[in-house]
Amino acid sequence: MLTIKNLHASINGKEILKGIDLVVKPGEVHAIMGPNGSGKSTLSSVLAGNPAFEVTDGSVDFYGKDLLALSPEDRSHEGIFLSFQYPVEIPGVSMVNFMRAAVNAKRKYWGEEPLSATDFLKMMREKRAIVELDNKLASRSVNEGFSGGEKKRNEIFQMAMLQPRLSILDETDSGLDIDALRIVSQGVNQLRTDQNATIVITHYQRLLDYIAPDFVHVLYKGRIVKSGGPELALELEEKGYDWIKKEVDA
Amino acid sequence: MKKESLNHQHNDSPASQTQRESEKIIGEVTSSDYKYGFVTDIDTEVIPRGLNEEVVRLISAKKHEPEWLLDFRLKAFAYWKTLEMPHWAHLDIPDIDFQAISYYAAPKTKNAPKSLDEVDPEVLDTFNKLGISLEEQMKLSGIAVDAVMDSVSVKTTFKEKLAELGIIFCSISEAVKDYPDLVRQYLGSVVPYRDNFFAALNSAVFSDGSFVYIPKGVRCPMELSTYFRINAANTGQFERTLIIADDDSYVSYLEGCTAPMRDENQLHAAIVEIRAHERAEVKYSTVQNWYPGDKEGRGGIYNFVTKRGLCKGDHSKISWTQVETGSAITWKYPSCILAGDNSVGEFYSVAVTNNYQQADTGTKMIHIGKNTRSTIVSKGISAGQSQNSYRGLVRVAPGADNARNYTQCDSLLLSDRCGAHTFPYMDIKNDTAVVEHEATTSKINEEQIFYCNQRGIPTEEAVGLIVNGYAKEVMSKLPMEFAVEAQKLLQITLEGSVG
Repeated sequence: MLTIKNLHASINGKEILKGIDLVVKPGEVHAIMGPNGSGKSTLSSVLAGNPAFEVTDGSVDFYGKDLLALSPEDRSHEGIFLSFQYPVEIPGVSMVNFMRAAVNAKRKYWGEEPLSATDFLKMMREKRAIVELDNKLASRSVNEGFSGGEKKRNEIFQMAMLQPRLSILDETDSGLDIDALRIVSQGVNQLRTDQNATIVITHYQRLLDYIAPDFVHVLYKGRIVKSGGPELALELEEKGYDWIKKEVDA
Repeated sequence: MKKESLNHQHNDSPASQTQRESEKIIGEVTSSDYKYGFVTDIDTEVIPRGLNEEVVRLISAKKHEPEWLLDFRLKAFAYWKTLEMPHWAHLDIPDIDFQAISYYAAPKTKNAPKSLDEVDPEVLDTFNKLGISLEEQMKLSGIAVDAVMDSVSVKTTFKEKLAELGIIFCSISEAVKDYPDLVRQYLGSVVPYRDNFFAALNSAVFSDGSFVYIPKGVRCPMELSTYFRINAANTGQFERTLIIADDDSYVSYLEGCTAPMRDENQLHAAIVEIRAHERAEVKYSTVQNWYPGDKEGRGGIYNFVTKRGLCKGDHSKISWTQVETGSAITWKYPSCILAGDNSVGEFYSVAVTNNYQQADTGTKMIHIGKNTRSTIVSKGISAGQSQNSYRGLVRVAPGADNARNYTQCDSLLLSDRCGAHTFPYMDIKNDTAVVEHEATTSKINEEQIFYCNQRGIPTEEAVGLIVNGYAKEVMSKLPMEFAVEAQKLLQITLEGSVG
């Protein structure tokens, strides 16, 4: 579904991604790990189309479409979902209005009628149960006054609402206590099918105990320097990143 | 026109379909047996441009006014002649040639479009986005239609119901004829003609407007809206409104319309006077969306309004809520004089400026009675190259023990070429007063927009959502049916302002 070739990207003239290659197929879970500043979050931002970053080289193909040529909202409609590391607060905008705008924008893109209010509220009810958010969610402003754990659960709730083909979870585990981590992971697992794929960006093995990856990649200095199976994550947990840094920097 | 004849048309362009649709409606209305259907009397008289005593006398004569009202106008005119146009506002006001204006309701028929085909497609587009019915679209576009297409029976029922309660709701011209004592007693009692340049001008030449009287102990059961006032279509550029709420009464009044009104008069100078007697409450809501000029800043309405409420009685309350999105220049400070003990004044405002619009708006809260309270919440939103100013005065008189004021004044900037300014004035003459002022200025957050984009919401819609969220505190004060349209309006006003 996703083929990234030689992707280079920079912010404010500083190159962060220096040639990323990655292929993701339906049904797969890819974990991207790496030390701070290696470019993990930049990769997720670039895939989602954050205008703060400039793509200087390379290509990204998503189901036969040139992803980099699409606007952020069209990427979303095509099925890219980014769970933000720091979800943004939008004061005064209720979750129900926000999600209705999002869901109906997607339906419009695919030539479908907007959902009726009844159907929409029913859908919200079903999906918020997945991440154990209560019924006050609908009337609360987007992420405003949410605890760290609630914000991340709210991200997974939105993922459930939008039913993406490719979900990118950007350090979804950061700032989560063990209960929230369990709820979030269970939510992600529940939404997995053989038709969709997930890229999990994380520092720690901990999250991968809950969301089992098929592939693990190590990002360092803007390149994927090592790829392997789930055992690679365990090795990193045990040995840290220094041995990889040494290998690369040598 | 008979319906059958329409079936023979073969031109199927969308425009002609729209026209056919509207003709069909007219056909249906005129051919059916409406008891109260009547033909609007279109005034074709024009008086020459210019302003002098003769013109003032002529206006009064055409309206068959009593001597006292002519006197009022003449005094106002004599005083106006001694004044100069004020320039203290943070506005760049082009020179206005007051002698180049015709001061008697120019007929709207002369250059009025004959069908919706002749109306600016952008305006029509806005109508459609707001979900305004075809009949209203025609009315708002100034199309001369021979049939009153509104549901006349609804209006009649409405009037009958109000009459049962003793509520008077009519045009001010009618009120001068039918209730001369009330009008004579209160006209100019809150905004005297000597108040300011534009108040003097309005007092000399006012065309028409609304008159409301709520008797003692009556709670008006519905929102009073000019929309329901027969003859409301032609209020003209110098509108004058007088609302009197007698002891223990309540009324909620809606002014304006969310659709861009077609209007050839560039200068508008209205007066609104409100009086709240013992324990009376008046809620006055405005959504103003007059023509703001084009994207290059050409044209647009100059809106110089004097709005003031007098909390005359103890425990009375006057609440202003305004959503200002239109006009090229807005100069407007709906104010409250809190004369009665324990009286309450409120001002909730959202003012949006885009392109080259300029707004200098705010309020005055004058605390005179004891234990008086006032709240000011102002949300300014500036986009494009516009200038948006909040100007507010909180005055506490020496005798106003325990006065309280809370002011919150926020500015949101959507571009780096626009301006937001805050001019808060305080004049506190009593040591027991507690006056709070909070102000914030923020720029629309690109992270918020990207977050919305990532969820599939396009930038313009995202800006609409964010801005509505920002203005929610004020929007929530609007009556329900108004609020929905006002929300859409905020979004439409800001289209193309970001990105």
